[in-house]
Amino acid sequence: MIQLVGAVAFLIASGIAVATFPRSVLVFLAFQAALFAVYLARMPAWLRAALLGLALLVMMPLIGLYNGYYLEVATQVGIFVALALGLNIVVGLAGLLDLGYVAFFAVGAYSWAIFGSPQANAIFGGGFPLAPIWFYLFLGVGLAVAGATGVVLGLPVLRLRGDYLAIVTLGFGEVIRVLANNLDKPINLTNGPRGITPITRPPAPFGMPYPEYFYFLVLAIVVLVVLVNRRLENSHIGRAWEAIREDELAAQAMGVPLVRSKLLAFACGASFAGIMGVVFSAKQVFINPESFTFLESIGVLAMVILGGMGSIPGAVLGATVVTVLNLQVLKGFSLWLNELKNAGVVVLGFNLADLPTQLEPAKYERMIFGIILVLMMIFRPQGILPVRRRQRELAARAPATGPATPAP
Amino acid sequence: MDVEILVNILPQVLLDGLILGFMYALIALGYTMVYGVLEFINFAHSEIFIVGAFVGVEILLGLKSAGWLEHLPWPLVLLLVLLAGMVVSGALAVTVERVAYRPLRGAPRLIPLISAIGISFFLQDLIRLVESIWRNAFNLVYPTIDVLNERFELTPTIDVSVKSLVVIVAALAMLGVLHALVNRTKIGTAIRAVAEDQTAASLMGINVNRIISLTFLIGGAMGGAAGVLFGVQYGLINPYTGFIPGLKAFTAAVLGGIGNIPGAMIGGLVLGLLEAFAASYLSLLTGGRFGAEYKDIFAFSVLILILIFRPKGLLGEVVRERA
Repeated sequence: MIQLVGAVAFLIASGIAVATFPRSVLVFLAFQAALFAVYLARMPAWLRAALLGLALLVMMPLIGLYNGYYLEVATQVGIFVALALGLNIVVGLAGLLDLGYVAFFAVGAYSWAIFGSPQANAIFGGGFPLAPIWFYLFLGVGLAVAGATGVVLGLPVLRLRGDYLAIVTLGFGEVIRVLANNLDKPINLTNGPRGITPITRPPAPFGMPYPEYFYFLVLAIVVLVVLVNRRLENSHIGRAWEAIREDELAAQAMGVPLVRSKLLAFACGASFAGIMGVVFSAKQVFINPESFTFLESIGVLAMVILGGMGSIPGAVLGATVVTVLNLQVLKGFSLWLNELKNAGVVVLGFNLADLPTQLEPAKYERMIFGIILVLMMIFRPQGILPVRRRQRELAARAPATGPATPAP
Repeated sequence: MDVEILVNILPQVLLDGLILGFMYALIALGYTMVYGVLEFINFAHSEIFIVGAFVGVEILLGLKSAGWLEHLPWPLVLLLVLLAGMVVSGALAVTVERVAYRPLRGAPRLIPLISAIGISFFLQDLIRLVESIWRNAFNLVYPTIDVLNERFELTPTIDVSVKSLVVIVAALAMLGVLHALVNRTKIGTAIRAVAEDQTAASLMGINVNRIISLTFLIGGAMGGAAGVLFGVQYGLINPYTGFIPGLKAFTAAVLGGIGNIPGAMIGGLVLGLLEAFAASYLSLLTGGRFGAEYKDIFAFSVLILILIFRPKGLLGEVVRERA
């Protein structure tokens, strides 16, 4: 009861605070922490759903009216939540380390970008871009094309052992990026490094402004993806994935079709990325290969690892924390440091104005990802919000020479 | 299509391929030795390699600003830089193993791999951070030593620079020393014993942890030397330069048969030659439709094909399955 009241009070207080101080990063972080508190607090399931619904459907768009940037952050978080949930199926459930996951995101993004912009005229002559309403069909097309790409990649490589598979998927991710970069000749398919623009945006219902519209669209897809994930987890196929992750040989002996199950995991994960890719390209209006680098793949992996492999709430939490770290904390720190530099503040006898100009804290996302990955692997491989089964597995495998893994 | 052009540039392409191949071979040794002992892909090796290059450029720039670079004999400078790169990279590799891999020994095999990826990313930005504070720049250019840039004309169409010869000689020397070390000395025997069976090796009185550290030290030192040579040969480096050569060197290690030291050398040379051929001939053969920008794809395709059709590599040592 105390938890319930505390969480609700926290949520309301942070909501009011955001409305009062719409420019403060700290206050927005507090709002996100309040959502997490509501999730963790002991309360009836319907009440939790109602509170989260209220926060995400009403409070967040209202906050967006005060400060549009927060809505943009929330939309980005949503996109990465969907990506993390997709990768969670591949890495967390099926135990296949995919280091080129962002390639599927790229496939989805380019499938709408090419046909939703004049770009397709270079291939088929005239008649493009397609009318905005086609966007909704392309959500399905992006999903299907990315899923099919997953199958095409998976067929030859899924027989490989875990670490080899990781490297090959990395190579595949690079191949897709290099192709996107260079397929402006002999036929101009992707317009190369210059990227594609303008990409048609879908018609927004009720004359809703685009930031709000994309927020709700992303939210709807995230809810859908979460539901699919939850159903999959406890289904026949979900259990087959976990069996493969735990012990491939034993799973095979129990009659789990290895290649087919792995392919399905690959295709599922890929299709989530594909559908978000379509939304991403329409939201950004402009895409180029820079959005689909290895760094992005590792970022999504860090989200999954941070939250806990195989854990749905973990993937959501991981995506939120990492995205907010990148978009708000690092950038905020950068701005703050710049202000101090311009003001010539002296710390411990050192004038901050003398700091090197190349030192831009906003550019150190690799370091953040790296620290997350290493620390999580050494101290808490099961993640922040672990799945119970995964926790047991890691505890059971810890050898005498290994780290002292606490028994669950 | 002009066959004469293809034939005329052939020797130059071969030479470029050899240089690239020796570079890959040196880096690949780090991957293959660690894999042989721990069955683990040391993903951070590409950063250990590029750290060597940064140590080299820092020393050369330091010598230059002190005005000594012109006066010291160039073989001495080169030797000093190589040694420094080897020491720092070797020490870094040992530290990384101690901090990020040893606590994870025996965990499911993806766990140390993820940790290694984390270290790789962390090191990239760490180099950037250090260089940003130190020099206010992280794209650095190797100072030129005039003697090294002189070119011999072998024939009217082929020429070779002194630095390319240096790269080849240094790489050959190091590969030779390593081969002797692993096959002819007591330490080498211990390394091979640990690679074969850690438990049995420790029962024979071998300190397994020390041998593993030593493996990282040797692999790291080779990587550091490769980094210095890379900088001397190609000039421009930044903290993220190491990634692609590292990936290709790993491909070379797999191509030769991972865990197999002569395999890594042969794999490196084969991949270097293939890449040089792809870079110069792809454009000529397809009439300019596809050019050198596809050489990375070419290397990765080689990797994928090898893994699918001959996962044991060219010098196929049987890769044991360890659950």
